[in-house]
Amino acid sequence: MTFILLIEQVLNGLQFGVMLFLMAAGLTLVFGVMGLINLAHGSLYMVGAFAAAAVAGATGSFLLALAAALAAAAAAGALMELLVIRRLYNRDHLDQVLATFALILIFSEGTRWLFGSFPLYLDIPDALSGPVTLPGGIAYPAYRLAIIAIGLVIAAGLFWLIARTRLGIRIRAGESDREMIAALGVDISKLYTIVFALGAALAGLAGALVGAIQSVQVGMGEPVLILAFVVIVIGGIGSIKGALIGAILVGLTDTLGGIALPAVLRLVTDNATATSTGAALSSMLIYILMAGVLIWRPQGLFGAQA
Amino acid sequence: MKRETLINAALLLGLLLVPLWAYVTDEPFTITLATKVAILALAGVGLNIALGLGGLVSLGHAAFFGIGGYAMGILASHAQSYTPLMESPFLIEGTKSMPVIWVTAILASALAALVIGTLSLRTSGVYFIMITLAFGQMLFFFAISWPAYGGEDGLSIYVRNGFPGMNTLDPIQFFALCFALLLAALWFSHRLANAPFGLALNAARQSPARVETVGLSPFHLRLIAFIISGAITGLAGALFADLNRFVSPNMLSWQTSGEIMIFIILGGVGRLCGPVAGAALFIALEHFLGGLSEFWHIWLGLLLLLVVLFARGGLIGVLAGRQVAHD
Repeated sequence: MTFILLIEQVLNGLQFGVMLFLMAAGLTLVFGVMGLINLAHGSLYMVGAFAAAAVAGATGSFLLALAAALAAAAAAGALMELLVIRRLYNRDHLDQVLATFALILIFSEGTRWLFGSFPLYLDIPDALSGPVTLPGGIAYPAYRLAIIAIGLVIAAGLFWLIARTRLGIRIRAGESDREMIAALGVDISKLYTIVFALGAALAGLAGALVGAIQSVQVGMGEPVLILAFVVIVIGGIGSIKGALIGAILVGLTDTLGGIALPAVLRLVTDNATATSTGAALSSMLIYILMAGVLIWRPQGLFGAQA
Repeated sequence: MKRETLINAALLLGLLLVPLWAYVTDEPFTITLATKVAILALAGVGLNIALGLGGLVSLGHAAFFGIGGYAMGILASHAQSYTPLMESPFLIEGTKSMPVIWVTAILASALAALVIGTLSLRTSGVYFIMITLAFGQMLFFFAISWPAYGGEDGLSIYVRNGFPGMNTLDPIQFFALCFALLLAALWFSHRLANAPFGLALNAARQSPARVETVGLSPFHLRLIAFIISGAITGLAGALFADLNRFVSPNMLSWQTSGEIMIFIILGGVGRLCGPVAGAALFIALEHFLGGLSEFWHIWLGLLLLLVVLFARGGLIGVLAGRQVAHD
């Protein structure tokens, strides 16, 4: 019984971690290549989820909904980069924080204006709606397993893209020396737009996939955004590998902490105190993890320099 | 500089005259709006010490604002239910007295700033922004999931707390208290900026290596600035909770941190009265745009975007011209 619960929670943690990775990968790429801190990344997640819900409502096809999420988020990201973000590359972080905070206000209220304040729902496709029985007799929702698989495939694809393709070489070159790669004849502003749109598309995909488990509503992006920040701070800003490991670590800490802490506390105090203190502490656990990592390694687990 | 002093005087005089005029014409709601401006400006003055003087972009100042708010909520709720806060090892009772609440709020948020600052100041740049943000979230989730003081619903108190010799239920008298505290904080922050400490802190922002070579520690300068900054914002939080007679985890949310930062940017970073101008503009926008359209945040976002992209000195920068001392 407890073993099955444990496996389930580990899988939930993986699923959560993989989603966080999709968010964190875009953030960390944008920071690594352009040196930009983008608070509006959560808005792209929301755009993806709303686009998916709208298209799924109109056509009934989940695959079309996913395509719409990718396209809408990438388009919104490219537009955002062309109109606003590219004016911020040479500014200090304060200006970047504020301008992207302003973008959040515009995106959130704009979405509320278009779709209203009530949450939308996105249905899980029929093929994935049931549970699957895993080895050991554990029944687990097929959709969540599919999310884990999609996330891992995308992670592998991203590693391949960065390590093996021409675009990846340019991205890495842009990270280490942007003047030099511009001097070598690469259109740096086009590269920036592409990287930004790529990050946006990943965020939009994450929004659409999670939107089928939770409800699709205004403001859904910000909690995920902050967790994605925690992930890239833990993993080291600019590192895709760090983002993946950080995301899985945060996902597992969040789900396992919720069941482990009250159980541990029950050994020392009475049941009611243990439950309430455990709930309060486990909601803080990821931030405690982050503080711990930073005390140990201020530049994050895989960060090059602080 | 001369021109900025004039603008500052006009700004503060305006903030004083509007509620007085509202008092004469009997419009208590306008007085409440002015009180809100004074309190939020006070929170901004606090953040401005870290942000403007110290160059520390903290996206977690809602933590101190909320701690101040909860200091008021917890003390006052114990006082109104006649239950002691703590019995052992010694007895602590709740209180409805503002000065005691203020001192508690200042001490509690200064202590939190000491802990958060010691850990966060090990990093700089983007890491610092994200870590302060994460500490803010940590307290936010703690407040939501800790059931003893209302959890997600927050805490309300029935009657506003008292100040010896004054009737705080009268809007104009409560405004006078908040305005006096704002003036005191402005005077303090002006003196601080021109004191050896402020000059050293300013130097640490511009060139940490040189500050280190003359034998000062940038870390300690920044930590002290962060603590002072957190304490003032905490005081503002206690006043804000008293104004609403309500405190909730919302005060700790990261949107609150963003809003306090918006006051400073709208007004002008590193300007003495920047937060006052910014908070006044913010509340005016909220009041007038909020009346025009339900979706006034879009217009706020556009305005903020324009200020960041094209009017970098903020309101005071536009009115008083470029500042020589900053950067």
